[in-house]
Amino acid sequence: MSNLAKFKIDGVECMAEAGKFIVEAARENGIFIPTLCNMPGVKPQGACRVCTVRINGRLMTACTTPIGDGMEIESNKPDLIDIRKSIVELLFVSGNHFCPACEKSGDCELQALGYLYQMMVPRYPYDFPLREVDASSPYIIKDQNRCIMCKRCIKSVKDEEGRSYFAFHNRGDKLEVVLDKVLGESMDKQTAEKAMESCPVGSILVKEKGFAKPIGTRKFDRKPIGSDVKL
Amino acid sequence: MKDTVKQILKQYGSDRNRLMDILIDIQEQLGYIPKDAIDLLAANLGMSQVDVEQTISFYHFFSTKPRGKYAIYLNDSAVARMFGYDSVKRTFESEAGIKFGQVSDDGLIGLFNTACMGMSDQEPAAIINNKVFTRLTPYRVREIVKHMREGKAVEELMNESYGDGKNQLPSLRSIVSSNVRRKGMILGDDYEMGTVTKTRLTKMSPEAVIAEMKHSHIRGRGGAGFPTGLKWEFCRRSKGDKRYVICNADEGEPGTFKDRVILTEKPELVFEGMAVAGYAIGSDEGILYLRYEYRYMKDYLNEVLENMRKQNLLGKEIAGIEGFDFDIRIQYGAGAYVCGEESALLESLEGKRGEPRDKPPFPVEKGYLGMPTIVNNVETFGTAVKIVLNGGEWFTQFGTEDSTGTKILSISGDCMFPGVYEVDWGFNVEDMLDMVGAWEVQAVQVGGPSGTLIGSKEFHRTLGYSDLSTGGSMIIFGPQRNLLKDVVLNFMHFFIEESCGSCSTCRNMTQVMTNKLTKILNGKGVKSDLDDLQSWAKTLQASRCGLGQTAANPIVSSLKNFRHLYEALLQKDKDFDQGFDMEASVQASCNYVGRVPNFNHH
Ligand SMILES: Cc1cc2nc3c(=O)[nH]c(=O)nc-3n(C[C@H](O)[C@H](O)[C@H](O)COP(=O)(O)O)c2cc1C
Ligand code: SF4
Repeated sequence: MSNLAKFKIDGVECMAEAGKFIVEAARENGIFIPTLCNMPGVKPQGACRVCTVRINGRLMTACTTPIGDGMEIESNKPDLIDIRKSIVELLFVSGNHFCPACEKSGDCELQALGYLYQMMVPRYPYDFPLREVDASSPYIIKDQNRCIMCKRCIKSVKDEEGRSYFAFHNRGDKLEVVLDKVLGESMDKQTAEKAMESCPVGSILVKEKGFAKPIGTRKFDRKPIGSDVKL
Repeated sequence: MKDTVKQILKQYGSDRNRLMDILIDIQEQLGYIPKDAIDLLAANLGMSQVDVEQTISFYHFFSTKPRGKYAIYLNDSAVARMFGYDSVKRTFESEAGIKFGQVSDDGLIGLFNTACMGMSDQEPAAIINNKVFTRLTPYRVREIVKHMREGKAVEELMNESYGDGKNQLPSLRSIVSSNVRRKGMILGDDYEMGTVTKTRLTKMSPEAVIAEMKHSHIRGRGGAGFPTGLKWEFCRRSKGDKRYVICNADEGEPGTFKDRVILTEKPELVFEGMAVAGYAIGSDEGILYLRYEYRYMKDYLNEVLENMRKQNLLGKEIAGIEGFDFDIRIQYGAGAYVCGEESALLESLEGKRGEPRDKPPFPVEKGYLGMPTIVNNVETFGTAVKIVLNGGEWFTQFGTEDSTGTKILSISGDCMFPGVYEVDWGFNVEDMLDMVGAWEVQAVQVGGPSGTLIGSKEFHRTLGYSDLSTGGSMIIFGPQRNLLKDVVLNFMHFFIEESCGSCSTCRNMTQVMTNKLTKILNGKGVKSDLDDLQSWAKTLQASRCGLGQTAANPIVSSLKNFRHLYEALLQKDKDFDQGFDMEASVQASCNYVGRVPNFNHH
């Protein structure tokens, strides 16, 4: 077992296979580092910045940084928690997230992080942007009001030839995640389900399935996000 | 249309990694990238259409709609606005009969804004069908539009004298001026092309070249200041079947234009520097990533490369050195500041949207096409030649201990002699202002929008990596300028538009902070707004690349050095103001139902 690395998170001694990404390595050691854009089996992309930790005085994303032997990682420090909370707040104010009316409420990772960080009201003014809903595909709805641009659908939903169903469009404040017109039309039910599962929020919904699971029985209704990770 | 696209695809071997070149050729030949072309590209490159559009929509100069027979891109940077952008813009609009962002009904003229195009010493400037027009005035605009209506070719619109120096060469013929005002080891004229290759490399091992670079203590000239010798050494040691040398000529930081001047006046020096780097790291392929704004140099630079090949300074067995093969090609950006960030540049080179990569891995380990790659600035390569010529020790006598050598500054704004100045590091701001003839100075923006805005109390500070670090952009503001409105706000809009948008922080926080700044500028600010701005900026530090990490600098540095300007705008008698304007908010609905807002009914 020569490729095991010893490292510390907030002073706690940990061990994992060298080269594993910090988020995974921490999880194996019972430490939860929150994520939004990260997804098992997909190359991490460091888009949401929620997993920000500090290593050697530098801010790094725990989902993209591999652990090394002797690494000392700061994670649950007040200033880092504030950065994470402020990112969650930013995502709330820059979209239109009306949780009580959202089909994904209770299964939404953004909402769950809002609870985790006890966000009462965001410190930033709401932007109330004008966004559209694309319901042109037979099986799915792409609601731009709720999209947090995490790229999970872009990276994980592909056809047999490896082509992406989703892609970014534009850049900066005009950035959007859009569905391919041609592929969207021929998308089958199974792919639609996969797309919905890839979405951490309520931006991709399978038509007529939004409330299949009653509110109150959903993933984060009883247990806060990260509670499956135990020290 | 189909044949054109097919022909272009064939030219690049239907290689997805060359999508940028393919799109540029389509845009230039057809004037836009039609829907049918996207279908064809998707089918032939094995991509979905949204994936092709992902690249297209990222870049400012690509368009899926026609942009006019004459597509006019007028620079709207802070400096352009200081020198008459507004009246030039108005004249274009009235002469063409359309607004900016539109194309005339007859398809003749399209008017568009564009970010700083590297002409800050000769604003207002515009790009018209890849030719650069500088020092525009309302009269010139009327004349240009008249000639367009007469159907003249773009070359015929350039009825001015050509610029100075090599801008007059037949392969360049440009109106642009180089304005070289102070020469040093790089801009000096005492070097004969190929001397280092023929007389030094023939006697030195690659390791020895790297040793001289390390000994010189040169740090990268593109802004970040990483030690160049170390970068080359890391790359040489990385495993890979092939290595690449990339020259970063994206030069997008507003206010900088020195790379344009170096590439105009000393391109051979830069190309030779790339070859030296290729020799040092064991690479046989170099790419110059040139911003699209400098497309007008295409023929000229290709001619220089051809000439170097003829002299065996590029090609096979260069200077007779066994195994030393190296050649250079030019690839273009298409209007995106963030592509100057080295990993975004690599993504762009691979035909994708210019989104910075997560690091590690660094480009020296996994760069272009996953191979070990060095990315260096234009000036860094030019300087490398002089270091290998005279030795690392010689180089350390210039500049200061932690910032060796010379730095080429791009100086613009309120001064007598804007242009390019090569100075030793350690030069102080006061001397610089005296050198360029800046008599009354309110502020200097050091290092462009991502740098700092300083006032007279700090003019004693010196240029160097440990004090005022800079990639070379220096913008001078006289007392008549409104710093917050015309400078800080302009810079914030620049970042909002140029962010790749990937990080939640950079995409959203720039907007949130700019909204707050606007609130203050509108006279709705209160004291706590200043504290908010200061503390909110911290979240941007969690961004992936330098753009996001520095995007709050215009606000943060002006808050620090010009706090009184903010304070003067605050409401004196209020601690709280949500900045909400009820009247403005209900205006649209009132207009619709034909009512007048009335809030005084209590
Ligand atoms: C947003 C952004 C824009 C940049 N633009 C440029 C540029 O236009 N030219 C450049 O040489 N470096 C630019 N850089 C720095 C590059 O990432 C990189 O550090 C540099 O090209 C390395 O070359 P050097 O070590 O020779 O300076 C930029 C960095 C950022 C974050
Ligand atoms: S900091 Fe901004 S420009 Fe850089 S990767 Fe993040 S979103 Fe893109």
